[in-house]
Amino acid sequence: MRKKFLFLKLFVVIFVCLGVIGCSSIPKGFLKPDENYLEARQLQMRQYDTTNEVQIVTAVAGLLQDLGFTLDNSETDVGFVAASRKADATNAGQVAGAILVDTLGILFGGYQNAYGKVDSVQYVKASVIVKPNLEGNKIVVRVTFQRIIWNISGQINRVESVKDPKIYQKFFDDLSKAIFLEAQKI
Amino acid sequence: MSILKRLSSVFIAILLIVSISGCATTASKAFESSESQVKLRSIQTRAFDTTDKKKMMQTVISTMQDLDFVIDKADLTLGSVTGTKFIGYATIVMTVTVRPRGEKQLLVRANAQYGIQSVEDPATYQDFFTSLEKSLFLTAQQVD
Repeated sequence: MRKKFLFLKLFVVIFVCLGVIGCSSIPKGFLKPDENYLEARQLQMRQYDTTNEVQIVTAVAGLLQDLGFTLDNSETDVGFVAASRKADATNAGQVAGAILVDTLGILFGGYQNAYGKVDSVQYVKASVIVKPNLEGNKIVVRVTFQRIIWNISGQINRVESVKDPKIYQKFFDDLSKAIFLEAQKI
Repeated sequence: MSILKRLSSVFIAILLIVSISGCATTASKAFESSESQVKLRSIQTRAFDTTDKKKMMQTVISTMQDLDFVIDKADLTLGSVTGTKFIGYATIVMTVTVRPRGEKQLLVRANAQYGIQSVEDPATYQDFFTSLEKSLFLTAQQVD
């Protein structure tokens, strides 16, 4: 009889848990800019001394292809290009760490499968907007990157916006070259 | 005997759960919203005193980028912009549409989804329009 009650209790607890998960509310304020959005803007934007929007958009599309991206979507009338690519995401240090954890697990009699959670493949999305500046005498290019990382078991490990300044720096260095090449018709 | 009884009660419980979840039609859930259509529109829509659709779209895009969205799609004819933002493991997808209203105004409507839930909180949309106002140097007007 007591056992039966125990089961009943267990079911009630599970139901309550499911109910709570189902009703989880949406956090507030996620459409507010965070405090360092101006820094992000600095990182993601460059101005070019030209008024030829088409030339810059063409250079951007060419550069994305140079970087191994494929174009997903574009609307050149608003100066928009979106592209993506899949790439390797394995990190030797992380793999070595996972193997160490797994080996220790085997030695001390536990199953960890840390190796199965190691980063494996990443999907990087780039979106570029080309538009005139407020004065209308220069062209502003803004790029943003996002990535989704899968582990070896095929599950999503994490999703994130790319914040690394070096990546943006390199993109704009390459873009300057691409604009030059475009101007020289190469 | 007692084991048999216990097992049978577990089976009954499982059957109950399966039957409860199995009977519900889930397709209708995709068309549900908790707010009324009219109220939802007024929460999600603002009017601006400008007719430059292209510039409005570009400002919408740069506002979304300031909010950490990556733009997935844009279409000048429809006036639509769609972007994605990640917070932790949650994905936020937002579509903003720009369309003319009369001769002198543009209507901007934002539509956000947080994971599998539609965002229907007025304050959240107000945050977006506040940012948009700042980038536009124009005042957002409530539409009835």
